Amino acid sequence: MSIKDRMSGNEAVAYAMKQIEPDVFAAFPITPSTEIPQYFAQYAADGKVSTEFVTVESEHSSMSACMGAAAAGCRAVTATSSAGLAFMYEMLYVVASARLPVTLACVNRALTGPININNDHSDSMGARDSGWIQIYAENNQEAYDNYLQAMRISEHPDVRLPIMICQDGFITSHAVENILLEADEKVKTFIGRYEPENYLLNSQTPLAVGPYDTCPYYMEHKVQQAQAMKNAKQVILDVAADFEKAFGRHYGLIETYRMEDAQAAVVLIGSTAGTARACIDEMRVEGKKVGMIKIRSFRPFPAEEIAEALKQTQAVAVMDKSEGFSGCGGPVFAETAGALIGLPKIPMMIDVVFGLGGRDCRVEDIRRVYAHLFEMIENKERGPVYLHMGQRSNEKEVL
Amino acid sequence: MIRQPKDINEQTPWQEMTIGGEIAGPATSVATMTGEWRSNRPVYIPENCKQCLLCAPFCPDSSIPVTEGKRGDFDYDHCKGCGICYKICPFSAIQFVKEGEPS
Repeated sequence: MSIKDRMSGNEAVAYAMKQIEPDVFAAFPITPSTEIPQYFAQYAADGKVSTEFVTVESEHSSMSACMGAAAAGCRAVTATSSAGLAFMYEMLYVVASARLPVTLACVNRALTGPININNDHSDSMGARDSGWIQIYAENNQEAYDNYLQAMRISEHPDVRLPIMICQDGFITSHAVENILLEADEKVKTFIGRYEPENYLLNSQTPLAVGPYDTCPYYMEHKVQQAQAMKNAKQVILDVAADFEKAFGRHYGLIETYRMEDAQAAVVLIGSTAGTARACIDEMRVEGKKVGMIKIRSFRPFPAEEIAEALKQTQAVAVMDKSEGFSGCGGPVFAETAGALIGLPKIPMMIDVVFGLGGRDCRVEDIRRVYAHLFEMIENKERGPVYLHMGQRSNEKEVL
Repeated sequence: MIRQPKDINEQTPWQEMTIGGEIAGPATSVATMTGEWRSNRPVYIPENCKQCLLCAPFCPDSSIPVTEGKRGDFDYDHCKGCGICYKICPFSAIQFVKEGEPS
C-alpha cells in the first residue's frame, strides 16, 4: 500500500534518499536544490540514516568526493543546480568515463548569465554530452519515482553510467503536491544492495581507476561508453517494468498523450507537460486532434520511439526550454529532427524556444503553438523553423 | 573476473578491454616503460658516492633503487631524465649527459 502524503519535489527526493540510505552524500548548496541536502542533513543529524554526509567547499569537490566514494565501492549521491552543475563539469566527464554509477539530483535552473535563479533546462542540457544518463520528471511524484529507479539503472552491469534525475526548479522542487510514497522496506527491497564487481577497497583484488588513456586505448573506451548508453535504453524499460510491478506506476522512455490520431503534436520535457495536457484536453473537446510526446529519458535519447510516435503526425513543434545558440534551434529540436530522418514521410517541424529563466508558459501559450501548427497544415507551408515564444517584442512575432 | 593488464595491448578489441580502463593488480607501473621519454640521462659514478642517499628520496620516479642501505645504478626503464638527482648530489657522484652521448 502506498502512503498518501504531500510534499515538495525537493523533499520527495530527499525522502527517497533517506529510504535508500546511500553510503555517501557529498553536498554543496545552490538554489533551488539546496533543500535536498538540507533535509538530508537533518536526517543524518537525527540518526535516521547511516550515510556519510560530506559538506564540501564546492560542486567540483562534491562530484570529486562522489567519484572517490563510488570508486571505493560505495553508493554515492549529490544534488545541484545551474552553475553548480557547470562547476562540476570536468568531474562529470571523469565520473562517466570511469564508469562510476553516481546519482545526481539535478534541480533544473537557468545557467548564469545573466544570473537568474528560475527554471529552464540550460544547466543539464549543457551537460548532455558528458556521458550521464538523464531522466526528467514532470511533477513531484515522478521526481520521487525516477529517483527510486535511478540506481537500478545506473548500477546495472550492462550500463555502469552515472545518472541525473532532473526536475524543474521551483515548479516541482518547491511546489507542494499530493504524492504517493512507498514503505521503507519495499523501497530497500526494490533498490537492493550495491555489489560492484571491482572496487578500490577490495584488498583481494588491487585496482587502479581512471588512468591516463593514451591514443591506442582512448577510442575503445569511448566506444564502450557509447555501447553502455545504448544498453541503458533497455535497462530503463526493464527497471520501469519492475517498478510498475512493485508500486503500480508506469514509466517508459517517453510518454505519449493523445498521439493515436494527432495531426499536430508538441515534443517537450518536464513540468510543461502538465500545462500541455490541460491544453490538449480543452482542444480535444473542441474536436482538435492534438497530442504530446513527453521525453522522460533524454540520455539515452529515444530516437526510434519518438519517430514511431510521430510517423502519422502532420506538424510538430519541439519545445526547447534552453537556448542552444546554434543559430538554428535548441538541443531537443536538433535531436528530435535527427530522430525522424529515417521516416518515409517527415512531418513539418518547428522549434519553439520558451520559458527561459523561468518565463511562464501557460495553457494559452501552448494553444498558440497548436494554432500555429494547424495554420502550417492548412497552408501546407512550414514557414520559419526557429522561433522564440514569450519574449516582449516591438515586432509581430510568429508566436 | 577482470582482465589482467598482460592480456590487454594495442591490438585488443574494445569489447575485451576493462570497463573504464580499470587496471587490475598492484604496481602495474613497473611493467610500463616510461624511460623512453628521456632526452638527458643521469650517470652514476660509484667511486664518488658516499651513500648519503640524498638522491633516492628526491627522485620523482623511484628510479634509484636502494637495497640494504645502499643505492645501486639507475633504473633506466623508468628514469625520465629530469636531472634532480644530479642537482641534489653533494659529491659529484652523478653526471648529467645528453641521451645517446657517452658519459
